[in-house]
Amino acid sequence: MSALRGYLRSDGRKGIRNTVAVAYLVECAHHVAREIALPWREDGVHVIGFPGCYPNSYAETMLERLCTHPNVGAVLLVSLGCESFNKYALERAVRASGRPVKTLVIQGTGGTRASIAEGRSWVESQRLSLDDQETVPMAISELVVGTVCGGSDGTSGITGNPAAGRAFDLLIAEGAACIFEETGELIGCEHIMAARALTPELGLELERAVAKAARYYATLGYGSFAAGNAEGGLSTIEEKSMGAYAKSGASPISGLLKPGDIPPRGGLYLLDVVPDGEVRFGFPNINDNAEIAELIACGAHCVLFVTGRGSVVGSAISPVVKICANPETYRRMADDMDVDAGRILEGRASLDDVGREIRDLVLGLASGGATRSETLGHQEFVLTYKSFEPIGPACLPAA
Amino acid sequence: MANSETHDGRLILLDPRDNVFVARVRLAAGETLETGAGAARLDRDAPLAHKIARRAIAAGETILKYGAPIGVATQAIAAGAHVHVHNLRSDYTPTYHLEDERQPGAGS
Repeated sequence: MSALRGYLRSDGRKGIRNTVAVAYLVECAHHVAREIALPWREDGVHVIGFPGCYPNSYAETMLERLCTHPNVGAVLLVSLGCESFNKYALERAVRASGRPVKTLVIQGTGGTRASIAEGRSWVESQRLSLDDQETVPMAISELVVGTVCGGSDGTSGITGNPAAGRAFDLLIAEGAACIFEETGELIGCEHIMAARALTPELGLELERAVAKAARYYATLGYGSFAAGNAEGGLSTIEEKSMGAYAKSGASPISGLLKPGDIPPRGGLYLLDVVPDGEVRFGFPNINDNAEIAELIACGAHCVLFVTGRGSVVGSAISPVVKICANPETYRRMADDMDVDAGRILEGRASLDDVGREIRDLVLGLASGGATRSETLGHQEFVLTYKSFEPIGPACLPAA
Repeated sequence: MANSETHDGRLILLDPRDNVFVARVRLAAGETLETGAGAARLDRDAPLAHKIARRAIAAGETILKYGAPIGVATQAIAAGAHVHVHNLRSDYTPTYHLEDERQPGAGS
């Protein structure tokens, strides 16, 4: 395998991609943003954004972390003009990170056509200079890797999820930071998980996070469980949880993060994605891509996505590695899948074999490799309203 | 995966404490399965990775998979029977599923 290379950013982090992010700051600017990015849809220009017009500090933190993500080299903000999103603060934060940034205000530029023309001309010049940027050597210990499962079925917890867990264990032993999430799919696993925390106080925080998720979903009346999960043989949320939990591997848990918190060092982290306080804005994550965006906002260079039923999604900003748990699904959808973990079920590979294959694939993404979803042009992105309190002092004990 | 010399090779026993197997392949209603404690007849089609009762399970009994509780039997379940949303409920939140009339039983 060739050596890892990254793009060095002013905060010391390194990116494995050098993307121009075009961020719309309200749905009314979404079309213009999409049109600006269109000529580069396969060439490193990604659209992200927030559709709401009301202020929300979670959404502002998310977009700030995404616009200053190590995989991003330059940022174009697209504002209608009258929305409540604080475009001034976001532009300041991106500028302070050393990245080129421009805010396009459609109402000031003169409408759709003029804004698209001005945006494209700026993106073109940024793309040219980013293409010339040199990479520097990068260590495995500088990597942040997230994991999520979606379209889970009865195979997920037997093949794909534990194989992703083995990959996490290998990467953590080599110094990387790895993040698992979706506390609504850890219901029933809270005690065994808490026993793996670095400190008893962190263990309590992990249990509290799952209890919060259980309350939240009980209020909403649905668990984090889709109809397809049942079709795939999962009967209850606790059964799905036991399978999802296997993604975390066997390493000690070093900390609890909330969306946008960057892991301070290597190790295993739980991302608490369920909002704090009373139930206000609906479901914690309306779909898998909302979770992927939160992992990326925590600095994830790439995301391991385990699917049984067969998800096709990718993401803006960071590559998504598709691990197919179900051998029948793999045979139908091989073109969308990076890893055939269903081999384990058919006795053609061990969990350790597939875990090592995933680890090698992750490192390959930092030395010229691309995922299937990247090659197919997937750049899904979704961001909705939420509210969080900051993490408590017990959440990040010193190693 | 725990190995057992005695049960059907088409079934996976994930943990010795479990009272359910996982189907390694698609199984059809009427097939005879070796549970390790005698032969049993599968009552419904069981697609890949669905659960099969390892022994007779009483109504109200906890279902164990991965050695962990995953819910409670809502009715008596015979050895070799399909275990799913029709005879197993969550201790946390009810399970949402869809029924496809073209493939009766696929969703449940």
